[in-house]
Amino acid sequence: MSQQSPMNGPRHSPASILLWLAISVLGAGAFGGIALHRGETINSFWFIIAAACVYAIGYRFYSLFIATRILHLDGTRATPAERLADGRDFVPTHRWVVFGHHFAAIAGPGPLIGPTLAAQFGYLPGTLWILLGGVLGGCVQDFIVLFCSLRRNGRSLGQMARDELGPLGGLAAMLGVVTISLILIAVLGLVVVNAMKHSPWATFTVAATIPIAFFMGFWMRVLRPGQVLEATVIGIALLLLSVAGGGWIDGILSLRVWFDYDAPTLALMIIAYGFMAAVLPVWMLLAPRDYLSTFMKVGTIAALAVAILLLRPEIRMPAVTQFIDGTGPIFSGKLFPFVFITIACGAISGFHALISSGTTPKLLMNESDARMIGYGAMMMESFVAVMAMIAATVLEPGVYFAINSPAGVVGAEAAQAVATISSWGFPVTVEQMELLAREMGEATLFARTGGAPSLAVGMAHIFSMVSSRELLSLWYHFAIMFEALFILTTLDAGTRVSRFVLQDFLGNAVPALGRTSWYPSVLFTSALVVAAWGYLLYMGTIDPLGGINSMWPLFGIANQMLAAIALCVVTTILVKAGKTRHVWVTALPLCWLLIVTTTAAFQKLFNPAPRIGFLAHARDLADKLAAQALPPELAAQAPRLIFNDRLNAGLTLLLMCLAWILVIDMVRVCLRHWRGAVVAASSEAPYVRSAHAMP
Amino acid sequence: MQCRERVCAANWFTRLRRTLREVLQLLNGDTAYARYLAHWRATHAGEGTPLSRAEFFASETARRWNGVRRCC
Repeated sequence: MSQQSPMNGPRHSPASILLWLAISVLGAGAFGGIALHRGETINSFWFIIAAACVYAIGYRFYSLFIATRILHLDGTRATPAERLADGRDFVPTHRWVVFGHHFAAIAGPGPLIGPTLAAQFGYLPGTLWILLGGVLGGCVQDFIVLFCSLRRNGRSLGQMARDELGPLGGLAAMLGVVTISLILIAVLGLVVVNAMKHSPWATFTVAATIPIAFFMGFWMRVLRPGQVLEATVIGIALLLLSVAGGGWIDGILSLRVWFDYDAPTLALMIIAYGFMAAVLPVWMLLAPRDYLSTFMKVGTIAALAVAILLLRPEIRMPAVTQFIDGTGPIFSGKLFPFVFITIACGAISGFHALISSGTTPKLLMNESDARMIGYGAMMMESFVAVMAMIAATVLEPGVYFAINSPAGVVGAEAAQAVATISSWGFPVTVEQMELLAREMGEATLFARTGGAPSLAVGMAHIFSMVSSRELLSLWYHFAIMFEALFILTTLDAGTRVSRFVLQDFLGNAVPALGRTSWYPSVLFTSALVVAAWGYLLYMGTIDPLGGINSMWPLFGIANQMLAAIALCVVTTILVKAGKTRHVWVTALPLCWLLIVTTTAAFQKLFNPAPRIGFLAHARDLADKLAAQALPPELAAQAPRLIFNDRLNAGLTLLLMCLAWILVIDMVRVCLRHWRGAVVAASSEAPYVRSAHAMP
Repeated sequence: MQCRERVCAANWFTRLRRTLREVLQLLNGDTAYARYLAHWRATHAGEGTPLSRAEFFASETARRWNGVRRCC
């Protein structure tokens, strides 16, 4: 990037003006087409065009505005990687390598699941939020947090929160991390369980990733240290074999029966796996699985993007469905605020702020790289969400709802389910679903909630357009395996993070527990963490309304509350740096998030509809239990479900209060600053000229 | 970045090969280990021996997973 002095502006050549005018018109046209189209189907290419134009304009103008007018990114300033180079944590790294690391770290299963669930409202609300929320909210958050951490020698979000907002800020960030991790792991576990239940093929393929990861770990540790690429290539080859192998096993009755389990049993297996992965050394399971899932993820997403660009499939979901009124089967709640919390990672996610203040700021070679990495990586994540939305909405709406609606809402029998869904105006037949299930190599596709199976069906359809239809089942199970792979990695990584935080916290009371390498402490704290998410996961499998309904909104609220905390921190930093005039870039997204999450939290707490409000659901169950109006299995589970509802309500209330206390704290600090009173000095590192800067 | 005569004269295929080789070295950990050795010699020369390749990657793996590393 050329060094432009802030005095002159960038030179606007007539050609450049014309180009950006054309892009704006094209983008507006694509947007208009998507929003106003009322035909049977719409081509997905318009989505790609609209997304590309929005990202181009956002990056070229908005991120440049933030970089030059607000943050004053200075390419002559020595970064911490240069000043503190230690060959380990602080290592000046080429911008594209850092981009790769950062994107791999922020890209999780979130942007694939959220949009798939939000498609119940139709394609329009979710897509608008992904594009606008991303460019105006998520990208801004990631970018500014990265910059602030960069100027503070790579301080983490928790530390910056403590510096700017006091010790409560640090505590809130830490608590936010643990809560989000636990809920997220439970939800993701549920998604995988729903994909594997009574599906020997899927169960075998997912189970096979464990020995493959072990082998890779052994390869990279003992046989050929550091040879990540070799190990990954071998791993991927073995994974593809396992996808095919699953199909073979599925055909043999005596083998098939070893991999056929119901949801609660699979949940227990996942819990056992989670504990094992958390207590074994990282190099054995977690690290190799991470490499595998990163490369698979990037490769598959790239392939999906190319496939969508070449094939331009038709979107069959309507722009807006009747479920914006709150009666949606996949999760209950009106369009506002629930579409905004259902899509978290694809638009704005607080967890990203942790990654942006993690290792990334310690790797930057030049300050000006922060724009491309902070803003750009989130843009790419947002694009992944757009593609997930496309893959979800290319399905027939009736099929989409048949796969994603829990049995408790549409009925457990296939005939009942199709009758209910057809009565909503989304025709589907039992024969259609049976044929689809056979094509995908599954016994049934009904009530495979959580978004992964329907995404896999969508991806299989898209990929099979370039290959033969015989391969549909292989594509489907490949897609399931790809998503399960990095869901399980998130599970492993998240358990470890929570375990560290817990050990840190307990270490204040009992020093021995705080020692991260002391094995009894590792076992004990890991067991606690796994028990916590395992409980939520198990509850999710037996919840008749489908665990996704209660847990995914909770995850979204928690995640965006952490985003609100991160935005509070950077808003305070900007105000203290004298940037009050421009603070709207962070303050507006912050206000929006507060409105959305507070409304959502209120609804989840106090809404009288049992499907929406936790407390209403608990009361409804308790009443029915007392009146002995519940079927026997449900009556047995009811006390646990009631307790679970109250627990979820408690968590929601806790997160709410924490976020608002910090907002009040932020306002207090800002008011003090504006009145000229003394506030804590800026913790920014002093300017040191970079050795690489041009004289 | 100014390019010297001989480098500029190399055709795009050679440059592509060179970039690919660098990417492969990066992914295979060669770059990281070479950088560690260079840093060690520059700052800790004479204080014993640097970590072997196996030891270096063992400690890198452990260090890399210390903290918040992967997202949702």
